[in-house]
Amino acid sequence: MDGASLSQLDEVWARLDLVMDPELDEPVTDMGFIEAVSVAGPTTGHNNSTVEISFRLPTYWCSPNFAFLMAQGIKREVETLPWVGQAVVMLQDHMSADEMNAVINSGGVFSDVFADLHPGENLEALREKFDQKAFQRRQEAVIRGLLAQGYVADVIVNLTLADLSLIPFDDAEVTRQCSRYVALLMSKSLAQKAADLAFPTYQGTPIGEDFKPYMDLLRSVRINMEFSGSLCRNLKQSRYLEADTSGAVPILVTVAPSDHACR
Amino acid sequence: MFITPEGKEIFVVDGHTHFWDASPENQKNIHGKQFIDCFYAYHSGLSPKEQLWEKSKFEKYSADDLYNDLFIDGPDDMAILNSTYLSEFYKTGFNNIERNASVAKKYPNRFIVNGAFDPRDGQKAHEYIHYMKETHNITGVKMYTAEWNGASKGWRLNDPLAYKCFELCEKLGIKNIHVHKGPTIIPLNKDAFDVHDVDYAATDFQNLNWIVEHCGLPRLDDFCWIATQETNVFAGLAVALPFIHSRPRYFGEIIAELLFWIGPEKILFGSDYAIWTPKWLVEKLWAYQIPEDIAKERGVQLTDEIKEKILGLNAARLYNIDIAARKAEFAKHPMLIAAE
Repeated sequence: MDGASLSQLDEVWARLDLVMDPELDEPVTDMGFIEAVSVAGPTTGHNNSTVEISFRLPTYWCSPNFAFLMAQGIKREVETLPWVGQAVVMLQDHMSADEMNAVINSGGVFSDVFADLHPGENLEALREKFDQKAFQRRQEAVIRGLLAQGYVADVIVNLTLADLSLIPFDDAEVTRQCSRYVALLMSKSLAQKAADLAFPTYQGTPIGEDFKPYMDLLRSVRINMEFSGSLCRNLKQSRYLEADTSGAVPILVTVAPSDHACR
Repeated sequence: MFITPEGKEIFVVDGHTHFWDASPENQKNIHGKQFIDCFYAYHSGLSPKEQLWEKSKFEKYSADDLYNDLFIDGPDDMAILNSTYLSEFYKTGFNNIERNASVAKKYPNRFIVNGAFDPRDGQKAHEYIHYMKETHNITGVKMYTAEWNGASKGWRLNDPLAYKCFELCEKLGIKNIHVHKGPTIIPLNKDAFDVHDVDYAATDFQNLNWIVEHCGLPRLDDFCWIATQETNVFAGLAVALPFIHSRPRYFGEIIAELLFWIGPEKILFGSDYAIWTPKWLVEKLWAYQIPEDIAKERGVQLTDEIKEKILGLNAARLYNIDIAARKAEFAKHPMLIAAE
């Protein structure tokens, strides 16, 4: 691909794995949003290469502020690679694609183009809201994992970071969520020392006696996020497909030239 | 009519159906194309494979297709046919009231046609409400708060202009206000599908029924909170129900939340035809049980009695449908055969 070495593409993909869809708390790579990655310019040296990343969302209508956060995340993560001079992000097939690409690639801010559509939009507040939901969803997955392994509420609410680090999980998904949970816990300074509680609320208070209502809250956060997540996956997968009903059983066939990136 | 495996007759009112024309000829611009493309992705992403339609049929299907899929192939006894204009995207509207009224006339007694209006049109909206009442005797409307109108990209139920329209609806006996609340699209900070405006409107208009389509997902917790407080707020199951096929356990969590918070009297079946057809949805719902651990956690069960309410009794109450009289009427006039 454009003379880029395989390891360079791998490095780009590894950075892209760190970019989340903020609404879903799932990697954009896992959601299938990344369509193509290419490297132009000299492939050796420092800050020399230009990487172009094109991405598509499940619909033409997806909220521009979510799209902006993802585009910004993609640019930022890829530009942390020492050999990358510039990452160019291209959103495709979206109602605001042209404006979005222009503002992202010139280093502008959201309100430069979307002030009319989103008056008073505060992307930082939105990011904070999503962080809270991501925290709650990851935390619920870990607590449910503990409950499934026989831990009771009284024990769970008193576990420390050190205790949690010693618990092996049977379920691979719980293991994945646990490491993501702990990372977020630390980055938000909600627990840092070994003796700190492993399961504080997002406000930093202990769950204490309120385990049941607290879990009800976490469940409602998960139900909402799962709705968006599974809808987005379905819509993304079928966006460029149409049914062919000429055979005995209808099948879905691709109608748009697919330039899905392989990795 | 849905007949259970035990032979019991269940009266089905499909609370959410459409008769749209989204054909390329009726599309005004790229937005019209992208709008129906997005619906088609819902259809192809969440339907069982054997239920898939070709794109051209999905863009524009006939009155006979509609009648067939709902009442002959499908188990519906009656259907609420909603109007949606999207005049910025479609030349004659997505499904205007005349188009809906024509199919209701062709197949009498089966359809309840709902109107639609845009409060941002001011006096014109009032005139249109009068027109729909006088010409089509509507008893309900469908509100689409994310509709574009000139520079405006959405409105809220508690906007002063909207209140003027609801006052008129109340006066004219247009009692059932269906509100589309669905996945987030633009704009977000004034999120047109945020459900909190329902709280204001339902409190201020106690005599109107507020049916929140798609039960406010992905804001189920906000919706449940409001619908628990307000006796006149109901949940439409369209879009939530198809998950019964692709992610049955997840559907169990949604329905358990609804039963726990708002109870079995306030949940309405809707196929969202032609995105999905009612036959497989009703069959799967009837056969469905909430997974044991979820049912236990929430202390709820989806019994046959509750399913019967969801499938028809609840909507019949809202629309004053006399089920016994309708059944007698349908028995006297056997099903018309479509495509004669």
